[in-house]
Amino acid sequence: MTPVAARTLLAVLALFALAGPLVWPEHAVQDLSRFLEPPSLAEPLGRDPLGRSVVARLAHATQLSLLMAVLCVATALLVGTLAGIVAAWRGGWVDTVLHGLSEAFIALPALLVVLIFSALANGDLWTLYIGLALAQWVEYFRMVRSRSGLVLAGPAVEAAWMLKLGPAHVLRRHLWPELRPLLATMATFGIGSSILALSTLGFVGVGIRPPTPELGLMLTEAFPYYHEAPWMSLAPVLVLTTILIGLLSLRRKEVRP
Amino acid sequence: MNASTTTPRSPAAPALRILRQRAVQAAAVVVLVSTACFAIVQSLPGDIAFRIAAGRYGYDQVTAASADTVRAELGLDRPAWQQLLDWLGELLALDLGTSLVTGTSVAGELGLYLSSSLQLAAAALALALAGGATVGALAGARPGGILDRITTLWVSAARALPPFLLGLVLILFFSVHLGVLPAAGHGEAGNIVLPAATLAVGLSGLFARVTRDTVVQIRRSEYVRFAATKGLGERLVFLRHVLRNTGVTLLSYVGVQLLILIEGVVVVESLFAWPGLGHSLVHAIFWRDIPMIQATALALALLVVALNTVVDLGALALDPRPRRREVVL
Repeated sequence: MTPVAARTLLAVLALFALAGPLVWPEHAVQDLSRFLEPPSLAEPLGRDPLGRSVVARLAHATQLSLLMAVLCVATALLVGTLAGIVAAWRGGWVDTVLHGLSEAFIALPALLVVLIFSALANGDLWTLYIGLALAQWVEYFRMVRSRSGLVLAGPAVEAAWMLKLGPAHVLRRHLWPELRPLLATMATFGIGSSILALSTLGFVGVGIRPPTPELGLMLTEAFPYYHEAPWMSLAPVLVLTTILIGLLSLRRKEVRP
Repeated sequence: MNASTTTPRSPAAPALRILRQRAVQAAAVVVLVSTACFAIVQSLPGDIAFRIAAGRYGYDQVTAASADTVRAELGLDRPAWQQLLDWLGELLALDLGTSLVTGTSVAGELGLYLSSSLQLAAAALALALAGGATVGALAGARPGGILDRITTLWVSAARALPPFLLGLVLILFFSVHLGVLPAAGHGEAGNIVLPAATLAVGLSGLFARVTRDTVVQIRRSEYVRFAATKGLGERLVFLRHVLRNTGVTLLSYVGVQLLILIEGVVVVESLFAWPGLGHSLVHAIFWRDIPMIQATALALALLVVALNTVVDLGALALDPRPRRREVVL
């Protein structure tokens, strides 16, 4: 898929996440007489076993996933980048402590961190948010630390210091241009893996609590009715794979031997 | 550059260095996970002294006085950091405690979980390596060929399908529609097929890609061209030069993928009800069985460290050239 197509796909999905909840606002209203209603024009995805509108739940779930993922990645990126720059800049014990901490985190699978953190409170949104951000800051930290170390020791920065251009200049003119493209790539992947982790947790049953709609949770709820209403299971799968394929195709085609 | 890299060292020195680094990492992991579990205990609602008193004397006998006795006796009124030190001390004495749900010793159950998780991970890794590396090597032999293009497609597909979706698809196809393989269970030979395949498909795509790129790169290298020039047959060049050098890259790549494998183990075990570490971790979190959370989380984390150590040592054995700076991932 070309990056243009991927961007269009993601834009459509973002539109669904932003406008969907406004078009179908009532995701929690039950109407048991409309149990497992098949799709129609008014209800493009029918109704679930509790008579709730599936498309409304899907729109809310997509919105939640995207917002959470962007928020988690933004936090992890900010914390990881700042810590990485500080570690590379200051060196000494600051670097030792931060690097030691990252050594421990890098050995922990991200899902494990989120799982332990979600045990602190029962699927509250904020624990998932902190857990996901905590699981991801290490990647940014390690990349930024090693890159900044190289840049800061390089002749260009040395010259900048001798010209007394100040730390703001070094940060803006030397570090940032070097880090930005890498951070952008990592963030796109990070958003994808955050959405995945969130839905995985929901699917396993330790993530967001019902009745809040969430992609993985919807899948678990819909799966027992696969024979009667396959569209209910397929809709969240479609949203998830669309997001992932879109994000994976975003980056420019790498040169392959 | 420091002096130690330039002076000749005994052949065991790099191995020792790896072991030392990994041991430090393991210790850091233990402290981190254990402290997190302690924080969970502290954050639980209700007064733990009342809970313990209720357990000892029965719910109708609990008074503020008996709770105070318990608190004084167990030192629950001390500052949190002292209790944390105690907590870590118990762990250091290898006392994992008893499960709050089943009442049995955690260490005993952990062994069972660990062995079934290892079984699953090993089966998946073997499948992924056999499938991925073979396809990758074949694709790399003819860059741009049909097999190469199919591989590229497969790699993207495997990446876009998270393990739990893939598992569902496999269950739907093989268990629901065809009915040839069991969807869940443990103990019979057929049970391991679907969970291992689910894990393997995700990993094999990545392995295939790395193998392919490495093979292409190595085939263009000077030493391979020299080997061909000196008259070695294509098969021999492949076996002697291409394969071993691919192995080095692939092995270090396996190390990076271990995190994904362990994460996948957690998900796939829950999906297929495979009684391993991940499955029991998820259940322990569900029931707030803290000794069990701690034990399974520690086992999973230490498993990553241990497997990484094996990968490091293996890479060192395959490629003993000294490295200026080992990348620890």
